[in-house]
Amino acid sequence: MPIFPQKSRSNNKRAPKIDRKSSMLETCKPTSQIVTGSVQLVHAVGMHARPAVKLTKLAKKFHAHISIRARDGRDWINAKSVAKVMAMRAARDSIIEIRAAGGDADAAVAALIKLVADDFPDADP
Amino acid sequence: MSMRARAAGLGYQGRTAVVGFAHGPFVRVETVAGGRREIGAPEEEVLALRAALDAAARQLASLANAAGGEAAEILEFQVALLEDEDFLGPIFMAMRAGTPAEEAWSSVLDHQIADYRAAPDEYLRARSSDLLDLRERVLRTLLGDATKPLEIPRGAVVCADDLPPSRFLEMDWSSGGGLALLQGSPTSHVAMLARARGIPMVVQLGSVPNEARTALLDGESATLELDPGSAQIMLFERRREAHQKSRAAARAVLRGPTATWRGEKVRLLINIQQVADLEHPDAQYADGIGLMRTEFLLGGEAGLPDEERQFLTYDSVLRWAANRPVTIRTFDAGGDKPVPGFTPLGEANPFLGVRGLRLCLARPEVFAVQLRALARAAVHGNLKVMFPMVTVPEEFDAARQLFVDVVASLQAQGIAAALPELGIMVEVPAAALTVERFHAAFFSIGSNDLAQYVTACDRTNGALDKLCDPLHPGVLELIRRTAEYGRRAGIVVSLCGEMAGDRRCVPALLSCGLRELSVNPSSLAQVKQAIEHLNFGSAT
Repeated sequence: MPIFPQKSRSNNKRAPKIDRKSSMLETCKPTSQIVTGSVQLVHAVGMHARPAVKLTKLAKKFHAHISIRARDGRDWINAKSVAKVMAMRAARDSIIEIRAAGGDADAAVAALIKLVADDFPDADP
Repeated sequence: MSMRARAAGLGYQGRTAVVGFAHGPFVRVETVAGGRREIGAPEEEVLALRAALDAAARQLASLANAAGGEAAEILEFQVALLEDEDFLGPIFMAMRAGTPAEEAWSSVLDHQIADYRAAPDEYLRARSSDLLDLRERVLRTLLGDATKPLEIPRGAVVCADDLPPSRFLEMDWSSGGGLALLQGSPTSHVAMLARARGIPMVVQLGSVPNEARTALLDGESATLELDPGSAQIMLFERRREAHQKSRAAARAVLRGPTATWRGEKVRLLINIQQVADLEHPDAQYADGIGLMRTEFLLGGEAGLPDEERQFLTYDSVLRWAANRPVTIRTFDAGGDKPVPGFTPLGEANPFLGVRGLRLCLARPEVFAVQLRALARAAVHGNLKVMFPMVTVPEEFDAARQLFVDVVASLQAQGIAAALPELGIMVEVPAAALTVERFHAAFFSIGSNDLAQYVTACDRTNGALDKLCDPLHPGVLELIRRTAEYGRRAGIVVSLCGEMAGDRRCVPALLSCGLRELSVNPSSLAQVKQAIEHLNFGSAT
């Protein structure tokens, strides 16, 4: 059996990145940790309804406060709001930045990156 | 949106969304919520809206469950909105400040609907109808108007201003019926659902009376007739019968054995512009895909398509075709198909400019991505790849070399890849006159461009319609020479331009020696029929 998709991107410019820094940004409590990451949106038509529904459903499984934005300095929006995620109008190939704060922030960022990088697979994660 | 009265009953003209015929009771459905309710104190309003939202979510969930598939996905977005506190927040805030429930709900929804309607992206614009659907569902619940699902008599012709997808799914269409919309669009979600269920549908009927006992809906001529007289019914039934007969005849022809001409098989393939074209009911009867255009992949907002997206697209078409041949044409941008960021700007004469393979060779970084995707797709299917706008053999050789290099580099990375059969489009007269110089595995005559270049007529210039004639002896001579060379050399020659689907041109093409034609799926039946009629003519 030949192996397909993922293997082919050796020069992976959309390789997910997770940076972690203990930080005291904005409204976060001094003790809480902010986890960030970014991933390229590969979905054929961008962040339209089906991917937006999947993304928010997954985000809601975590307690962490999760924000996302399309790179280039637009406002951070709540990753648990389907209306906001749709209104972001992220086009295909845009870079999505993810930021989470709270107990399960690490797992949340990793799960969301995987969802976007895997192009929103049908099976529930 | 014209309206005309007829002798007996009243007749209205609209636009076809789904072809088919329905004769049954007329039912007018109000899609705008009616009724009134007492407005309470802010906290009572909040409770009322909460209850309406919960009820709407339950209704949508059970509809999605029952319908499944595509319909469920359409409804899932609405359910997600009902669970979105960021979305609902401003509505409840307005209510706490004293705005009544329905007003607070409607004004926020209306604002969002307007936003979506103004979106530059077609996908986002289409979502406005889903928000409209949600707005009405919640309003109906709020106004106590939706306690019972709509009871539609068997086989009814349902008439509404527009019908949102969730309302369509609430109705029982198992015994047929039809859909007559005063507004609406053939590309709406509800049209998609109606098409999948074989429910005839006419849109943009303008204005129609609210009351009538029976209706005739003709999805082919896009007419609605109310309270028809017996003469109208008779004519309607005749049209229905004629339609069924012609469909049955077309289907019989398509299901029948391969067409032949002078004892030789004539293979009929289809041209597709995008993957969705394979949904045409006749597409399954084709002997393969003679031309898959790939320019639609270039149309996205996000720039040029990446390898993965292309691979998945090609792969899905090959899967559809199973073992039948699929000929994919590499990007044919330029000329009348400019692509921002790809085609050159400021050419004085783009039809004679850097287009087709010329452009791909000038932009190898873009071309190589397409070739990689094609090479990966070639592993599991009967793939052929052809290059457009080739003038000299050196161009074909350069493209082949690029392809060979791409396959080698994929294989070196351990990725399954194969070099498909490579051919050229014959559309530049210089190439048509010298086909024997090209070491191609097949030739495909692009008669649209060939006719335009041979007659020196811009085919987009309506003033030249008569001169830009594909049946000009000069054009036919080049077709004949190409077909003849193919016969001698044992190389398949097909033709994929519009003339292949034009029954007036078919005899000339067969006489030129062609035995492979590629046409739009909607022309497949009539071209096959035309060839059978020719056989009858020649047998007598």
